[in-house]
Amino acid sequence: MSNPTDNAPVAHSAGAAEESRPSLSALLLDPSFWADWASVVGLVGLVIVFGIAQPVFLSIANLQALLLAAAILVVLSIGQTFVVATSGIDLSLAAAVMLGAIILGLVNAAGYGIFIACVLAVLATSAIGFLNGLIITAGKIPDFVVTLGTLSGITGLGLILSGGEPTMVGSTFLLKLASGSFGPFGYPVWVAIAAVIVAHIALYHTRFGVHLLATGGQVESAGALGIRTNRVKIAAYTISGFCAGIAAILLVARIGSAEPQINTSLLLNSVAAVVLGGVSLFGGRASILGPAIGALMLTALVNGLTLLNVSAFYQPLAVGAIVVLAALIMRYQK
Amino acid sequence: MSALSSDAIIACDGLSKHFGGVRAFTDVAFQARRGEVTAVIGDNGAGKSTLIRCLVGVHVPDAGSIVFDGREHPFSNPDGARKAGIETVHQNLALIDELTVAQNLFLNRELVRRIGPFAFLDRKAMKREARSMLSRLSINVPSINQRVRRLSGGQRQAISICRAVGSGAKLVVMDEPTAALGVQETANVEALIRRLREQSVSVILVSHNFDQVRRLSDQIWVMRAGKMAATVRASETTGNELVALVTGAA
Repeated sequence: MSNPTDNAPVAHSAGAAEESRPSLSALLLDPSFWADWASVVGLVGLVIVFGIAQPVFLSIANLQALLLAAAILVVLSIGQTFVVATSGIDLSLAAAVMLGAIILGLVNAAGYGIFIACVLAVLATSAIGFLNGLIITAGKIPDFVVTLGTLSGITGLGLILSGGEPTMVGSTFLLKLASGSFGPFGYPVWVAIAAVIVAHIALYHTRFGVHLLATGGQVESAGALGIRTNRVKIAAYTISGFCAGIAAILLVARIGSAEPQINTSLLLNSVAAVVLGGVSLFGGRASILGPAIGALMLTALVNGLTLLNVSAFYQPLAVGAIVVLAALIMRYQK
Repeated sequence: MSALSSDAIIACDGLSKHFGGVRAFTDVAFQARRGEVTAVIGDNGAGKSTLIRCLVGVHVPDAGSIVFDGREHPFSNPDGARKAGIETVHQNLALIDELTVAQNLFLNRELVRRIGPFAFLDRKAMKREARSMLSRLSINVPSINQRVRRLSGGQRQAISICRAVGSGAKLVVMDEPTAALGVQETANVEALIRRLREQSVSVILVSHNFDQVRRLSDQIWVMRAGKMAATVRASETTGNELVALVTGAA
């Protein structure tokens, strides 16, 4: 559990690698740079530490398994990023994944076919996001409270719909999705990569992205300039819900059944990945690559600790320590 | 005062606005001429900020008419006013700290390139335009890629004004543009407003500072206790007369 101290020499080596590129040497003296790139530095650090401690970690098979395991969290972190960029937070994200999975399972079990099941699952989670945004903006209620409420409501709805029982989803499509691969990566990894690219373009290369950051930065100023900040917020929550739906499909494909159980670590890790990715929890400042790499880093942490035979009980402790550390580094963000 | 001169860029008549039982102003007539700097002065609570907010579409007046650029009642919200050609430089600046200078200059009127059904930001064009907008008004900022958070109050105000003017606005409304600024920065912003006047940009200036108003404006309107008390040419008045008009001693 010596991650913080191990990080120090690692950070230097990462710095040396960066220095060889032009015009970055000035950046390296800026604490803000380290805050912005915390997730990259952390990931590189973990890879080096785990690679030395347990060479199996760097094997192609393990790295592929790591990426596969990270795909769901990457997709969720992207959804969370859009919400956090508007200075909100989506606590219902993991619950939406659960409900999406249950709807997928039930619709499939009812014999409507897997594609309709997947589409309905994504529609349902998107609707949850839309509803979150609508209540927050129309009711002028804090994001935290609303999504906490929907977290509980959706959990109940999931239990009612499923009767508390898991539903097996035996679908060749989902089986292929979970186990098939194209080139070096499994399909879920490609889904995550596609999500990263689309989200990155939406954030940096569209008017919506600028308006999203403006809304998160200074909502009154953005409104005064004619930006429809309520719509932007609702859109951000809907995107978050959509990502939850994609994650639900990946999750059902991965475990082969729809469980009426919330994976709380998915929610906490999605927020953690966003923080690690240098996204300001006060809004107005975001990237997509940062949280995606943050999600990779958290998955690598769990993967590495498992390979080192550290008890699973220690893993949340390690995640917590890293997130708090990252938050401390963020204080230097300018 | 309902006889409006034909060169008015904006004119209002019989304008009233109440908030519940509180009267902000009643039966106000006001106009600003094209290519001039028109000042509105008055004590706190005289109703000048509310009047301005009615002119730029933030509030909808309870009664009266507004004619902007020859069109009556041209808009019902700030976005409409903006589209019609009224740009406001807000008291609280309305810049987004976390966005860059260029992003702020083009906020909500970003230049886009369309590829099929999608519209992507044309960041190169926006940066190029931003540079020429700033240089046209001789505004100095370290870099247009700089986040606004790091700029001084005067630079921020200059960017707000630049954004307003650069949009091709027919009328720029400034509410207390130098209220939060130091001496040197106030001088810079005043110089900027003078350049606007030289370029015949129509400006409405709300200010507490009588000396500034006399230095910068062509026509001065005085509000007192929710009424338009007087209007004078800036060149024909004195600081003492303005004080008397504002306090009601005249």
